[in-house]
Amino acid sequence: MEKHLSDKFYTAMKKLEPRYPTKKALILPALHQAQEEYGWLPKEVLAEIAEYIGVHAAQIREVASFYTMYNLKPVGKNHIKICTNVACCLRGADELMSFAEKKLGIKCGETTPDGLFSLSEEECLGACTTAPAMMANDDYIEELDVNKLNDFIEKMKVVKS
Amino acid sequence: MSQTTLFEQHFWKESNRTLEYYLQSMNGYQAAQKVLKEMSPDQVIDEVKKGNIRGRGGAGFPMGMKWSFIPKASEKPKYLVCNADESEPGTCKDRQIIRYTPHLLIEGLIIGSFAIGCKHAYVYIRGEYVREAKLLNAAIDEAYAKGYLGKNIFGSGFDLEITVHRGAGAYICGEETGLLNSLEGKRGEPRVKPPFPAVSGAFGCPTAVNNVESIANVPHLIRMGGDAFAQLGKVDKSGGTRLISLSGHVKKPGVYEIQAGSMTLRQIIDHLGGGVINDKKLKAVIPGGSSSPILSADEIDVVYDVEPLMKVGTMMGSAAIMVIHEDTDLVKLLMRITKFYEHESCGQCTPCREGCHWMESILHKIIHHEAKPSDLDLLVDVAQNIGGKTLCALGDAAAGPVISFVKKFRPEFEAYIKGQKIYA
Repeated sequence: MEKHLSDKFYTAMKKLEPRYPTKKALILPALHQAQEEYGWLPKEVLAEIAEYIGVHAAQIREVASFYTMYNLKPVGKNHIKICTNVACCLRGADELMSFAEKKLGIKCGETTPDGLFSLSEEECLGACTTAPAMMANDDYIEELDVNKLNDFIEKMKVVKS
Repeated sequence: MSQTTLFEQHFWKESNRTLEYYLQSMNGYQAAQKVLKEMSPDQVIDEVKKGNIRGRGGAGFPMGMKWSFIPKASEKPKYLVCNADESEPGTCKDRQIIRYTPHLLIEGLIIGSFAIGCKHAYVYIRGEYVREAKLLNAAIDEAYAKGYLGKNIFGSGFDLEITVHRGAGAYICGEETGLLNSLEGKRGEPRVKPPFPAVSGAFGCPTAVNNVESIANVPHLIRMGGDAFAQLGKVDKSGGTRLISLSGHVKKPGVYEIQAGSMTLRQIIDHLGGGVINDKKLKAVIPGGSSSPILSADEIDVVYDVEPLMKVGTMMGSAAIMVIHEDTDLVKLLMRITKFYEHESCGQCTPCREGCHWMESILHKIIHHEAKPSDLDLLVDVAQNIGGKTLCALGDAAAGPVISFVKKFRPEFEAYIKGQKIYA
């Protein structure tokens, strides 16, 4: 089988192996690590993880599909996830979502045609006392308002070039 | 009253998270040293029992008792698993502990592991806390470098490893057996109980699962002694302090700390939160995370702790208070809450999987003025047929808001059904 995952992946896994009594426990860490390399989890990658763990590929898919953070489809280079749960919604999250949709020209759940941005609705992020909040890739942006949201999008547009 | 706090004074300053600060300003690792050198596991458990510390994750179960359930005679490895999944909507206190006082958590894990005979503790942290997981790992590395983790800690012969395990976005993994399945590399579906984790938890071995705040309290408890810790609490059977996540329509949202049971819900909102924003009228309060039954504005003169809140038909949960003012459309808010549980239901139990879906559909009909008057009773009927009929508490979590919203704010639902518009 052609290898898709890097040496870095296998080195990270080797380091983690002694920290768990079973190899299956490495499934979540492996999925995280693979997604960090690929941005999402293509079929071939899931198959390679399955081979490494020693289970059927369907078992990896079964696990991966349970968790919302694992992208089983490609996502944009920048992933904007706006929390719309109770605390954020009491603080105006719906307006922010509308703004993001308009600004990016896509609906929630979609990716811009240039592949630069994906927009999602997020469940409670645990930033309720600084609501509204969003995740911008791996970072939180809290006490979010239209200006901060606009600034992030503009900043990331520039990073492209 | 002036409040004795154990955490808050160390929050909000990034430099406080270092080992150096912890050793110099928080008597860092002295409690663990005392425990490992001078105490037996039973003595530690007794001290924790004396401290009356109730679980800070949501269920409020006495922590010392939980630890005492771990069978001593078992030949199998034992595990202490820290629940850092913090996913109950409204809750963001554990995040502050990890960000600002990570060594308190690590020291608590050392003490707890010693008490139950664990050699490898896991911290299951929600996947979205990418930065927090990094901070915690950095603190763990600092502890290893100083010999507070690893082999023969403080020359006591006690060994401990800690591994941070990241979740990947699933509310249900905050449920302890869902969490354990997720740790084992499975879907985070809750297990049939019994057997309880104390007998068969992580990897089929005896396991105690404790919330971040619960574990981070243990060094304080040991340092001051169980009796003194218990006395911080101002109500029976509830020791120490509580970290409260206060959010929604208050002037000063934030994570606050109070001595357990020392304030009423109204005092918390008015004195800590500065009252309702824009001086609007208070309409309702969700007192313990989105799964706790809602309280109307005239029900908040209740002492804010586990048992007093239980007596008024709601719960303290994870101490996440969400304040709601008069201009809020509660029908839409309930729809949002129900949508969350529909999304997060793992699907194993029919009442929860189907029931959450039906509740969402009925609410959708109500909001779009397509419902019949009888649909409101149907909604409550569906909710009542979820509660208590599922493997885990997610079913009850979904049912509680529906039943309480309709019971306390029925006219708002009826207005929608009649086609009236209350809110713009």
